[in-house]
Amino acid sequence: MQLITCPYCGPREEVEFHYGGQAHVAYPADPSALSDEEWAHYLFFRDNPRGPFAERWVHALGCRRWFNAVRDTATYRFHHIYRLDEPKPETT
Amino acid sequence: MTAETLARSGPLQQLTDRLAELPRTVQVVPESFVAMIDLRLDPAGAAGSDVVSYLGVDLPTTPSTWVETDAVRVIWLGPDEWLVTSLSRTPQDLEAGLRDAVHGRGAVVDVSGQRTALRLAGEHARDVLSAGCAIDLHPRFFRRGAAVQTLLGLASVVLLALDDTGTSYHILVRSSFAEYLARWLLDAAIEHSDS
Repeated sequence: MQLITCPYCGPREEVEFHYGGQAHVAYPADPSALSDEEWAHYLFFRDNPRGPFAERWVHALGCRRWFNAVRDTATYRFHHIYRLDEPKPETT
Repeated sequence: MTAETLARSGPLQQLTDRLAELPRTVQVVPESFVAMIDLRLDPAGAAGSDVVSYLGVDLPTTPSTWVETDAVRVIWLGPDEWLVTSLSRTPQDLEAGLRDAVHGRGAVVDVSGQRTALRLAGEHARDVLSAGCAIDLHPRFFRRGAAVQTLLGLASVVLLALDDTGTSYHILVRSSFAEYLARWLLDAAIEHSDS
């Protein structure tokens, strides 16, 4: 089974984790000014790249903390794992 | 008419006899009515130091560890979350004391009913755990002072190592999963029976 390295607990089996979708989706500065279409884009539209993708994960059955990870969607390999208060690493 | 008193009972009461029949090499003993308080605060802040002086022991900041005093055991649950357990103090007393120390700069919640405690001891205790736990339980890595939150069988548990030889563990499991886990342990212990 694949191991995912929790930034707090260290490497654990992937069944202990839950996926939280794309990371770094900023909340609109003025939500009430958005049209329905723009709001729908904020809520439902996500990138779907083949390759490195910044995602949110939670160590649901361990420390229950959220963190971000850059994962290659083609190989499922984790390139970077970083806490929420750390900046997004440069990806190539 | 006489007033009926409700006797306190744990989720493992009906399995007490079966657990008592386990071989000496795998002993499972339910620990009833452990006081457990969930504590959330910033360990670097003033509330942190007030709690430390109240408990008489530093809050563990290394992930997956626990520390203890004569009265309480403090288990790391997250960077800003701990579980304070005690066998000698009542949940009400412990919660009130911690709440005074925290004084609104964090959260103190009595979660004694949330989990049930088990002691797992014996020569084959580690073998039984390894049948359903992915953590490296070798005493080289998992020794006294370690406390991991993980899966045991299909139940999410907090697992504490009580010694350096892999023969004594403390398991905290959600009360609703306690019977499942006890039956799972009974099953996993079969291969280590004496006969």
